[in-house]
Formats: sequence, structure tokens, C-alpha cells
Amino acid sequence: MALSIGDSCVNCWACYDVCPSNAISQSSTHFKISARKCTECEDDYAQPQCASICPIEDTIFDAQGISINPPGTLTGIPPEKMAEAMREIQSR
Amino acid sequence: MQLTVLDQETAHSEEAASSCASGSCGSDNEQMAHLSDEIRDKVKNHPCYSEEAHHYFARMHVAVAPACNIQCHYCNRKYDCSNESRPGVVSEVLTPDEAVMKTKAVAANIPQMTVLGIAGPGDPLANPERTFDTFRRLSEEAPDIKLCVSTNGLALPDVVDELAKHNIDHVTITINCVDPKVGAKIYPWIYWNNKRIYGEKAAKILIAQQQKGLEMLVARGILVKVNSVMIPGVNDEHLKEVSRIVKEKGAFLHNVMPLISEPEHGTFYGIMGQRGPEPEELQDLQDSCSGDMNMMRHCRQCRADAVGLLGEDRGEEFTLDKIAAMDIDYNEAMKKRAVIHAGILEELDEKDAKRARLAAMNSGAKQDKPAQVYRPVLMAVATSGGGLINQHFGHATEFLIYEVSANGVRFVSHRKVDQYCIGNDTCGEKESALAGSIRSLKGCEAVLCSKIGFEPWSLLEEAGVIPNGEHAMEPIEEAVQAVYQEMIAAGKLDEVTAKLEVAAN
Repeated sequence: MALSIGDSCVNCWACYDVCPSNAISQSSTHFKISARKCTECEDDYAQPQCASICPIEDTIFDAQGISINPPGTLTGIPPEKMAEAMREIQSR
Repeated sequence: MQLTVLDQETAHSEEAASSCASGSCGSDNEQMAHLSDEIRDKVKNHPCYSEEAHHYFARMHVAVAPACNIQCHYCNRKYDCSNESRPGVVSEVLTPDEAVMKTKAVAANIPQMTVLGIAGPGDPLANPERTFDTFRRLSEEAPDIKLCVSTNGLALPDVVDELAKHNIDHVTITINCVDPKVGAKIYPWIYWNNKRIYGEKAAKILIAQQQKGLEMLVARGILVKVNSVMIPGVNDEHLKEVSRIVKEKGAFLHNVMPLISEPEHGTFYGIMGQRGPEPEELQDLQDSCSGDMNMMRHCRQCRADAVGLLGEDRGEEFTLDKIAAMDIDYNEAMKKRAVIHAGILEELDEKDAKRARLAAMNSGAKQDKPAQVYRPVLMAVATSGGGLINQHFGHATEFLIYEVSANGVRFVSHRKVDQYCIGNDTCGEKESALAGSIRSLKGCEAVLCSKIGFEPWSLLEEAGVIPNGEHAMEPIEEAVQAVYQEMIAAGKLDEVTAKLEVAAN
């Protein structure tokens, strides 16, 4: 059982600082979680810490590969509104 | 020790309501006049805390603090773009070692740099190890640099003692609200006690921590500036209460900044179409807060890795690869810096003395004739630092706006010039930088610069702004006052006074 970090990670170090298992490390592109060390914070906290502080949606995934913070849940921006704004910016 | 800010004289605010367009008349140095000697001494070479100092002294930020413990609706942690200039944006995050090296390199090459701040790109106090490691080393290795930090306040009460230990005597707290209902519209969540907490509950905790942190800092004699982001329709009216409360608690300066919310920045406010304030709205709010509070108006909302005078960014000259090639002898650099700092402070003292002499002369003159009251005039100035009119009109990336009246000179704001064609519907595709400059001068009746070309000259005149290149290399305050006197002598202010009187009757 381990969480993982996706490509949208912005390398902000927040998860690295709060991980109780020292399971997170820097790598060439973005931070990574060691599947061997990660406990999903089971013995330490009610919620996995990396997923509780990560500011970027769709970046922390559970053991099944499901996004813990899906689009819209952290920024409050409805995904369709974001898509609309992106289309508008690109069409300029 | 209690740091108090003297009340603005009641006479001033009354005067403001009747004759003066805005909150505090008099010379712009009046910002400082209300402060105790002790505070003035602490901020006289701090470009962010003293309007006057920002013409002479430079600052830098080192981006050692990427992690954050809250989300603000005006921030997007995904964008680290080198072309953007706003808080929260950096080109490269530094380790404390790299930050110390960069600070020394900048201090040696830009000796006017007096202040090193840690301001992000996340929250410095959510990165306590990286932040305090940097401060610890700098206070030992570069003792001639002032250290300051800016924070959202959530972790502040826990680290106040640590801050005091490192001789950090300037702290900025961003306080956008004192009401959790307002806060819930600004902060979607905070990370607190190992949990992500949302909405009003989150805002309530954040507000309590900010206020507690403010009180603890003031109790330890640490200077506190409060930053607030003005978000029209969300906290604009509320900020008057914020200003009153933080002043009561002993913050010495309040900096109300306009919301930046371009859709392309991808922030909640940007995407959801929340607008920022118009310059006039910002100025009105600053003016209405200024009855209670000493206001900062010269903030440029710089990046978390900015280097140089406010309004300029020389970060490109000090990238890690460039610093690595520099051979810095910091002890030697400190000697040179001390001489330069003493020179600038001497110049500022002379200016102060001269200002006092002029004020004495003016008050004498006022008694002689019950002078006609001329309306105040806004003037724009192109300057590249040193408090002088020393920039070519075409090179100006921003103008400083001063209000000149019979009561003296007051710094009002700075206005950025759109550097590039923005090609929107109103101006067509070919809008030049020139049209951008002229548009940014809206409401000003004169623009003072060192030189100006023929084309802009005639376009400015058409737009009702008098171009003036006759005061090149003169001190700003003296030059704008001279132009005001010229306008009076030429009868330009009579006309409008007469018109206003007719309108009033």
C-alpha cells in the first residue's frame, strides 16, 4: 500500500517536509514516494499528509491509481470553467 | 517595548475632506513624519518600509521557501514563469547555501542593496528549516544586511522567538480580513494540525493566528507591516476595519495592494472573472484608511526572487551560473557598502534639512498674504532612482505619480506602462508602447522626464498632459513644485478654479 506523485508535481517541497515516514525524495523531474517506505500515514495520522498539503490537483494518487484531490477540489475552480478559460486564452 | 504610531493630525483629515483630493496633504515625506524617531531610524534605509528610501536603496528576495500551508484564491502554485512579475512567482528555487552565495554576490555588486527578504514563493514560515538556516548564516556572514520576512501568519506564533533570535526586526503579515465569512471567500483551505481544513473554519484559524502573531511581534519590538490585497466586492469595504484593528494592535504600516487577476495566471479569481480594483478605487481606499493608519503606496508587488531597486528586477544578472563565476570577498565589499550607505544617508539628511528650511519659509509666506487656494495637480515623473528626474520618457517602464498642492508634494502611486502591444478591441492591433505610456498618464496634467522625443511630445499635448524636460537631474519634489508654480504663474490653475466655482454656485 503506497501513494504516488504524478507529473503535475511543481516541486514545492511541502509533502517532503510533512511525511512522517521519510518516504518522499527529490528526483530529476519531480518528487517521488518510495513505495517501500510509504505507510499512507496509517499509524500516524487520520489522513495521508502529502495528500493533505499538496496544493496541486491530480498530483497525489492512491494505491489504486485514483486521484485523491481531483480537479476543482483544491482551487474551487469548476473543471468546465477552467476548460472554457483555457480555450479562450489559447484562441487569442 | 511598545511601538506606537502617532495619529495623523485631525486638522489634516479635515483639510483633506474639504480642499485636498486625498487623505494626507503635505510633502510625501510626511509618511515618515508620523513615526517615532526609533522607527524612522529603523526604516530609513529600507526601500519597502520608507517611500523616500525606495529611491535610493535596493532590496532582494531569495526564493528558499517553496512550500505553503494555505491556498489563496489569488495564487496559482503551478506558474513559475520568468516573464511574470508578481508575488509567488520565481525562476529557480534556491537552497540556503545558494541563497547565501547569491545574497553576497548581489550585495557586493549592488552596494545600495540593504535588505534581504524571504517572501516565498510559498510561505517562508511553512519552510522553517530552509528559511531560518538562510537567516542564521546571513546574520553571521553578512551582518550589514537587514533581514526581513513576509508571511501569511498561520505558523507565525510558533516562530516569533526564533525570528527575534536572528535579529529580524521587520516582518510583513498578509492580512486580508478579520471576519471568517470574508476569509472563506479568499482562502479555500489551510493545512493545520496535520489536516486540510476548508471554508470558514479554516479562515477562523488563520485569522486567529495572524492576530496572535501580530500581537506577539509588537510585544517584542519587531516592526510589523501589514499587507492586504484589495479584492473589489469581497474585502474592499472590510479592509477599513482591518486597517483600524491592525493599527490598534501596533502594526506601523499598512500596504493595501490591488488584486492581480489575469485569467492567464490561472488563479481562482482570474478564471472566475473576479476583477481587480481601478487605480482610483485603490487610491480612495488607501486614502480612507490613512485617517487611521500610516499607508504604504509605493509597493511594486514584486516577485519572490526580485533583485534591485523597487520597480526594477536585475535577477537575470544573478542566476546561479553567473554567481558561481563571481569571486566575492565579502569583507572588502562590506567596507565599500558602508561608505556608500553613509553617503546616501548624508544626502537624505541634507534633503531633510532643506525641506525643513523650505517649510519654515513657506509658513512665513502664508501669513503675509491670504493666498488663493489652487487646486491640487497630479504630475507623473520618470525616474531611474536617486530621487531625481533622470529617465528618458521613452525608457520609462513606470511613472511615479505625485500630487502637488499649496500644502506641498505627496507621493500618490506608481503606474506601470504596458510594454507591449496588447491588441485589444479599443486600440487596434498596432498600439505602440507610446500609446500605452500616454494611457497610463490618465488624470495627470504634466509629465517630467530627462528627455522626450518629438512624436510623444505632440501626442502628450493632444492628450492634455504637458511634457516637461526642463528639470532633468533635479530632485523630484523640487521639480514638481517648480512646475506647479509655473502652472500658477501661467494662469492654468485659475481657469479651472473659476470653473469649479461656477459649478458650485
